[in-house]
Amino acid sequence: MTSSPPATSQGRAGRSRRDSRFGDKVFFNFSRGAGILLLVIMAAIAGFLAYRSALALGKNEGNFLTTFEWTPDGVKPVFGIAVLAFGTLVSALIAMLIAVPVAVGIALFISHYAPRRIAQPFAYLVDLLAAVPSIVYGLWGVLFLVPHMDGLTSWLNEYLGWTYIFDQTKNGAPARNLFTVGILLAIMVLPIITAVTREVFRQVPRMHEEAALALGATRWEMIRTAVLPFGRPGIISASMLGLGRALGETIAVAIVLSSNSQLSLHLLDPGGGTFAQNIALKFNESQPFGRDALMASGLVLFVITLLVNGAARMIIARRKEYSGANA
Amino acid sequence: MSAATTTAPAPLLRRDLTTARLPRWAPAGVAVLAIALGCAIGAGAGLASHIQWGLIAALLFLTISYGLAAKVEGRRQAKDRFATSVVWVAFILAVVPLGALTFYTVQQGIGAINGDFLTHSMKGVVASTTADGGIYHAIIGTLEQVLLATLIAAPIGLLTAVYLVEYGRGRLAKAVTFFVDVMTGVPSIVAGLFIFSIWTMFKQGYSGFSGSLALAILMIPVVVRSAEEMLKLVPNELREASYALGVPKWKTIVRIVIPTAIGGITTGVMLAVARITGETAPVLMLVFGSDVINNNPFSDPQQSLPLYIWQQYTVVNNEYGYDRAWGAALVLIAFVMGLNLVARGIARWRSPKAGH
Repeated sequence: MTSSPPATSQGRAGRSRRDSRFGDKVFFNFSRGAGILLLVIMAAIAGFLAYRSALALGKNEGNFLTTFEWTPDGVKPVFGIAVLAFGTLVSALIAMLIAVPVAVGIALFISHYAPRRIAQPFAYLVDLLAAVPSIVYGLWGVLFLVPHMDGLTSWLNEYLGWTYIFDQTKNGAPARNLFTVGILLAIMVLPIITAVTREVFRQVPRMHEEAALALGATRWEMIRTAVLPFGRPGIISASMLGLGRALGETIAVAIVLSSNSQLSLHLLDPGGGTFAQNIALKFNESQPFGRDALMASGLVLFVITLLVNGAARMIIARRKEYSGANA
Repeated sequence: MSAATTTAPAPLLRRDLTTARLPRWAPAGVAVLAIALGCAIGAGAGLASHIQWGLIAALLFLTISYGLAAKVEGRRQAKDRFATSVVWVAFILAVVPLGALTFYTVQQGIGAINGDFLTHSMKGVVASTTADGGIYHAIIGTLEQVLLATLIAAPIGLLTAVYLVEYGRGRLAKAVTFFVDVMTGVPSIVAGLFIFSIWTMFKQGYSGFSGSLALAILMIPVVVRSAEEMLKLVPNELREASYALGVPKWKTIVRIVIPTAIGGITTGVMLAVARITGETAPVLMLVFGSDVINNNPFSDPQQSLPLYIWQQYTVVNNEYGYDRAWGAALVLIAFVMGLNLVARGIARWRSPKAGH
């Protein structure tokens, strides 16, 4: 592990002080420069996108926030993010509703329920699945998941159609809708949420758990009283990390969703769109002005994910102090 | 009388201490029963989708195990069993799609892969009517773009991590830490938009290198994160021993701290590489894609594996295209998984064993 560190420094003791100070200074500035470069990149992303957005927004004939259409290259440039914002939020919301409980369940399974022999390899497997590229999820989603969703969607339509959101107005269309996208996103963010949650559950002080068990709690009562309260900030921040990923997911959504510019609450009907999907589909065929318009929607997405991720990190950071005092 | 009072409560007490319990095989039995019933109901009602069969079986499993435990063991135990069942169902719910994904990809992809597929480009191939053509140009493109991205991102990421661990004090370090975290969540498409806006400012065309820049933005925070964790694990005694011998700080870092943590750092870089290899969105807008081999990443469009899959699906969009897409997907997954396995192997082999 340590390759005899002092050996290299022997015999160099006579080097001049000024020399070493100079080296220190250079190295320090290089490493600080890298850190500053990172901040510059973040600022530049915001700055460049804002600049290009401003160019586009100045000529927009529609209302950027409430317009449904996306025709920036038309004779009369009109574009708005209403449909995109709706689709992004709804699909991410569905993904969270499915993924968070399941991910917490899996994390509990790995940390507290599974026999140790299964737990370790399974945790490993979940980590591996976090690395599956989104394009593969997309391909699988459209060629495997969508045909297999037909039964479920027609069932939902039949028995829950009265809820309006599960009402299918275009019967028989392939299930390339926001609901399927939500499920696919849930599958995609599952490994990420699980990985973070699992780590938090693993850090629960053993004493708390044993105290609960010693008081006669069943395993579930122990988890409810000792593990979940300790892990709650971790679960929240993990969910927000997953949410950030789901909001920004591009290519899987672009493949699976059959998009249009209609804002519809019928989740089982094909249509709608998301920020990232819209950019990926339209970017290469757009005129320069259309690209500026897409940059504007990209800026909105950037700000949203920035807020979500920032909030997640702040929760984690607060928890660090808390657990430090607790140890 | 007294004899009766002392003997009578004894069996009662015994029963209180060892309440009735379900046999150990009960969960497994209930699971089998639930699956059988689920299949029966599914087949009986003519439900086409197997997802529904599974959901019905899962619901049955939850209700039966709760009911049974409530009847035999009492409410608290029943709740406990219910929670256990829910956790197991969650586990299976997760395994099924993830397993299906892997299995389906291998099943579909394995047929497409052969020597020709790996060593030919799509030059002159009529993609929509023949099964010819291959992914050689895509492999070349992916390797070059990822290599360039790594050459940019790894040094910057490592230096930033060194700054945070060895020098970082005060507000700048705090800001960098925070923005590294936030940067991890930057959507890939936004990174693509950013590089594109710079690129058009300088009137540059499509190239593999511009894609690499976007990938590097996505890669840097991942490298910083993991390198930071690894550098923190290096015991302080090593640094102090080095300072005590009069070695300047920068040399201590370069010759002692980094070599000690190099295993973990390598792992982090490889995991980051695995992550960006599958990125499609920025490559789509910056590298554009091409049917011919382009070995020069600095000019003209290139191909890459994820982009190839995307084009085979969206542009060709028939059985021939799907087959090639699956073949490329399998190669891509194999590459990414292989990188992951090697990286974790290195981590296990060379991790600084502090705190154990």
